[in-house]
Amino acid sequence: MGDTRKDAAGDWPPRARLGVLRERARLLALIREFFAERGVLEVETPAMAHAGASDVHIASLATRTHSGDKFYLQTSPEFAMKRLLAAGSGPIYQVCRAFRDGESGRLHNPEFTLLEWYRPGFDEHALMDELDELLTRLLGSAAPSRRMTYRQAFVELGAVDPFEASTQSLLEHAAARGLKLAEDGPGERDLLLDFLFSHLVQPALEGRVFVYDYPATQAALARVRASQPPVAERFELFLDGIEIANGYHELADAHEQRQRFKADGRAREHRGLEQMPMDERLIAALAHGLPDCAGVAVGLDRLFMIAAGQSSIEAVMAFPISRA
Amino acid sequence: MANYSTNEFKSGLKIMIDNDPCTIIENEFVKPGKGQAFSRVKFRNLKTGRVIERTFKSGESVEAADVLEASLQYLYNDGTEWHFMDETSYEQYTANKESVGDAASWLKEQDTCTVTLWNGLPILVVPPNFVTLTVSNTDPGLRGDTASGATKPAVVETGATIKVPLFVEEGELIKIDTRTGEYVSRVKE
Repeated sequence: MGDTRKDAAGDWPPRARLGVLRERARLLALIREFFAERGVLEVETPAMAHAGASDVHIASLATRTHSGDKFYLQTSPEFAMKRLLAAGSGPIYQVCRAFRDGESGRLHNPEFTLLEWYRPGFDEHALMDELDELLTRLLGSAAPSRRMTYRQAFVELGAVDPFEASTQSLLEHAAARGLKLAEDGPGERDLLLDFLFSHLVQPALEGRVFVYDYPATQAALARVRASQPPVAERFELFLDGIEIANGYHELADAHEQRQRFKADGRAREHRGLEQMPMDERLIAALAHGLPDCAGVAVGLDRLFMIAAGQSSIEAVMAFPISRA
Repeated sequence: MANYSTNEFKSGLKIMIDNDPCTIIENEFVKPGKGQAFSRVKFRNLKTGRVIERTFKSGESVEAADVLEASLQYLYNDGTEWHFMDETSYEQYTANKESVGDAASWLKEQDTCTVTLWNGLPILVVPPNFVTLTVSNTDPGLRGDTASGATKPAVVETGATIKVPLFVEEGELIKIDTRTGEYVSRVKE
C-alpha cells in the first residue's frame, strides 16, 4: 500500500522482449549498411543546443548547466545537420534521440529515436525513392508503394477539397466526425485540416503510401512552390495509416527562414507560449549557402514497431518513459 | 466545479460533454509530426448509457462531472417516483421515471441497486443481476413437463411479463437475470 519503491521494483525489467531488442539491433545495423553502401556519411550533432524548436506544435524540453546556461534538448537534429551541409559535408545521416515534451501515447514517447538524412542534389521525389528502397531493405517486402498528393488523398478518402472547401464547411465536416472545440475557439483552417487528415484520411491509407505537396501553410521547413494553389515541397510516409516519416525539399533561403522563425514567434506569442531563441547559426549557414537538397526524418520506434508486428512503440523500447 | 485538461484524461474520469455527465472509457493521444495534437476520447454517457467518440484539441479543458456510484436499497414507488435509501447514512434519494428506465421492471422492495448519482441526484438505476420475484399471473401449469423447452408468458409481481417454462405455476417464486430479462430457475421458499 502506497509503497512506491515496491512499484518501482516491479518495473525494473525491460518493456520490450529481448528478442524484439535483438531485432531492433539487426535493423539498425541494416540501416548503417544501407547508407555505407551509398556513401552517405554518419554524423553526430549535439543533443543540447542554444535554440529550441520554434514550431508552435512542438514543445522543447530544456536543461541548465551549473554555470546557468540554458540548453534545449533537440526536437530533431535538423539545424545542426544543415550547418554541416552548408560546410560541404555532402550526403549525411544520423541516428539519434529526439525529445518532445507532452507527447505520450501508443505512438509517442517524450524521448524517441530518429533517423534523419540529407541528400544534396535530390528533390523530395528522389528522396521518396530512396526511402522506399530503405523500407524494402528493412521490412523485407517489395510491397508496391503509392504516391498521392495531399489534395488527392483528401478528396479520395476524406471527400473534401482541402484547398477549395470553405473553413465553415471544413468545420462542419470535422464536427460531424466528432471534433469538439471549446466554445470560444473558432476553428482555424490548419487545425481543421489536421483533424480531418488524422481522423479521416490517415486511417484509410492502406499499405505504404507517400503523401506530398502539402498546403503552403504547413510547409514547416520545406520550400514552397509557387503553383496554383502554392504547395509545400514536403512529403510524409504512412504505413497502414501510421505516420512514419516527414521529408522536405529543404528551404535554403536565409531571408525566408528568418521570416518563418518570426512568424512562429508571433504564433507563439498569440498562444501564450514561450518564445524560443532564433537559431542565428542556422540562418548564417543558409546565408553562406545550403546546397540544393532534400532531407527526411524517420521515426524508428514506429518503424521497428511495425516490423515487429506490435501495436505500441513501448513494445520495441527497452525502457519507455513509464520505466525510465 | 473543477475542470480537467485533456492531458489529465484517463479511463474512469467523469466529465461533462454536451451538458451530460460522461465517463471516459479510452483516451488516445493523436498528433501529426507537424501539426495540432488532439485527444481522441471514447466515453459513455451516464444518462443514456450510449458510447460515443469525441476529439478535443490538446490543452483544452473540460468541466468535471460530480458523479458517484452508490449501493442503495430500493424502498417503494409512490406512483410517480421511486425511493431509495443509503443503508449506512439512512439518507433517502428519489429517482424519476427517466432515470429508473427499464430497471422499473425488476425493482423489488428491499433489494440493493447500484444507483449513479450526479450532483447528488439519481440518473441511472441498475438492479441486481439476479432478482427473485413471485409469479402473479400465468396459464395453468402442465405438470410433469420439465424438459420440452416450450414456454408461456407470465406476469411477475413488478408487472413485467417474461417467458417461463410450461410447468411454472401462479404464486411460485422464480429467479430472473435482469441483464437479459430471462427466466433462470424456480426458487424454493
